[in-house]
Amino acid sequence: MPQPLLRVRDLRAHFDSGEGLVRAVDGVDLTVYPGQTLCVVGESGCGKSVMARSILQLVEPPGRIVGGEIRYRLDPGHPASAGSDTVEDGMVDIARLAPKGRAMRQIRGKEIAMIFQEPMTSLSPVHTIGHQIVENLRTHEALGKAEARERAIEELRLVGMPRPERRIDAYTFELSGGMRQRAMIAMALACRPKLLIADEPTTALDVTTQAQILELLQQRQEELGMAVMFITHDLGVVAEIADEVAVMYLGLAVEQCDVDSLFHAPRHPYTRALLRSVPTVGRRAKARLATIPGVVPHPYQRPAGCPFHTRCDEAMAGVCDVEEPPPVVSGTRSVRCLLYDGPASVATGTTAVKETV
Amino acid sequence: MTTEADVLLRVEDLSMRFETTKGLFSRRGRMVVDAVKNVDLTVRRGETLGLVGESGCGKTTLGRCVQRAYRPTGGRLRYRRADGTEVDLATLGRGALGPYRREIRTIFQDPNSSLNPRMTVGQIVGEPLRANRLARGADLRDRVADALRLVGLQPEYMRRYPHAFSGGQRQRIGIARALITNPRLVIADEAVSALDVSVRSQILNLLEDLQEQLDLTYVFVSHDLSVIQHLCDRVAVMYVGRIVEEAATDDLYARPRHPYTETLLRALPLPDPRLRGTRRRVPLKGEVPDPADPPTGCTFHPRCPYAQDDCARTEPRLLAIEAGHEARCHYAKTLDLAGVAEPASTS
Repeated sequence: MPQPLLRVRDLRAHFDSGEGLVRAVDGVDLTVYPGQTLCVVGESGCGKSVMARSILQLVEPPGRIVGGEIRYRLDPGHPASAGSDTVEDGMVDIARLAPKGRAMRQIRGKEIAMIFQEPMTSLSPVHTIGHQIVENLRTHEALGKAEARERAIEELRLVGMPRPERRIDAYTFELSGGMRQRAMIAMALACRPKLLIADEPTTALDVTTQAQILELLQQRQEELGMAVMFITHDLGVVAEIADEVAVMYLGLAVEQCDVDSLFHAPRHPYTRALLRSVPTVGRRAKARLATIPGVVPHPYQRPAGCPFHTRCDEAMAGVCDVEEPPPVVSGTRSVRCLLYDGPASVATGTTAVKETV
Repeated sequence: MTTEADVLLRVEDLSMRFETTKGLFSRRGRMVVDAVKNVDLTVRRGETLGLVGESGCGKTTLGRCVQRAYRPTGGRLRYRRADGTEVDLATLGRGALGPYRREIRTIFQDPNSSLNPRMTVGQIVGEPLRANRLARGADLRDRVADALRLVGLQPEYMRRYPHAFSGGQRQRIGIARALITNPRLVIADEAVSALDVSVRSQILNLLEDLQEQLDLTYVFVSHDLSVIQHLCDRVAVMYVGRIVEEAATDDLYARPRHPYTETLLRALPLPDPRLRGTRRRVPLKGEVPDPADPPTGCTFHPRCPYAQDDCARTEPRLLAIEAGHEARCHYAKTLDLAGVAEPASTS
């Protein structure tokens, strides 16, 4: 394995509102390698978006990062790493950078870019798309106005925008959903980031448009050699594009492994339940669907111990509701489940409960 | 085969045209949108008919015509009453529609916006009974309690407000409200699209159980092809206001006859990484045309990988390719299109 580009360890981001403490992200470990695609899967409210925003230091108060580290590899001699005590073997700890500081601003948008689910709310409605791409380019690169405009047109052409020299002066409301998402991708990729964080970029799109956008992202990823962290709740999309997958449940990264293992040898009970409950096209599925009992608990009432134990069919009484599961690592796999007592049990899939029953 | 008596609803040549003007005062720039155009559809008693298509294809409008939230601008809705007689819902006035409002009910997509936050669950679920003067007082309360039990909620929840419930529970409330008048036909408009996977499977199972228990007929409107395949007996595919293909679910998924259906099926990500690259991808060119300005000829021809010259000139009709399988394509009989499912014979 090459050296990781991004390594998140035990990240915790909490929201302290008047009504109580929401532990939106509470124990996330994940690793992104250069040029690869990591998919982060989870249901709504599992903290995947807050986790992504934490990486860019975009969590808004009352939310804040309360623990863990976000190590990102900078090129040697990168200005953001100069004279900083947060660098350790070439990796800067983003979690300790000031959100509005100079170093963070040099990383955000240039090294790590982000695209969002709903382009209508994340692009400015009162500026043309060209204006927004040019702004991004001129923030990070020494370009003149005319030069930047040329580059912006080129970027729009690269994402398959028809007649880019005219569309550059369009406002977001003049574009269709798919075209808006293309404009957003053009903006994110304009500065050639090494890591692109895509937060549900195709969820609001129709299937045929989704297929176009996924194809475009994969093509641009190959051309630019960048890594992608793709956040989604759609396991079909995961199967299609992921190299590695991280599964999240209530702020906890319950499992990370390669995509084939996830679908064919899942370890965490939540991952297994999730895979069973999806109706799949192509397989005759008139039978009843398997369900996960209960509902995702309200964030104010996050269960103690392993947050999944209330819905887990393999939960061990007196264990899972007390102890917080530590990550158990075997090779490139990592599982947070008390059924596994060591690397060997993760590798073979033998669980503690089978021995005791 | 189907006899006339099995047919609950026959939609014939149904059209819904919206006329709008650009700007507040201008008489110029009148726009005519045929949201639904010449739709023929048969809904049989006890079946689940899927209506699938991308946003803007008119599937919701068609559903709303059937429940008569809109008055269709053309065509007939021949509905068979419980006593076997037939009535055309398309032309009935407000007063005469009363009894059918109880028999045809809707489950909406977003349980957050379709439940009034200022009403208790008891009021929400009981509203159809009160509005139709079907029950009151203790009788009303009992029937609300029954409806809640039916969808797996405790009757004690009656006094609570919608905000106290999770997304899945709210959708159960919406289902209880739809079923409390003992409907015969239920239109589910994207009923599970806003739900998370773990909750979605619970609601899908509930819908299937209720259908069996209460002898319901569903028209299930969705853009999600995997849910449609799971739930529906037959599927109609819509594109720019028209039905382009209709067939039994297994046939449609195994052997689509319209190029648009093939593209839809192929655009769907398969949930197994080992199947990556096993199928020929046909990335679709362009975007869904503006229904106010549809292309000439076949509406799909500008994006169709198999389009010939005559596709741009003449609009194909919806024709039977084989028994129970219809497609709106000049070349439906000759094209060899690939599906995603194994043929029905091997399963």
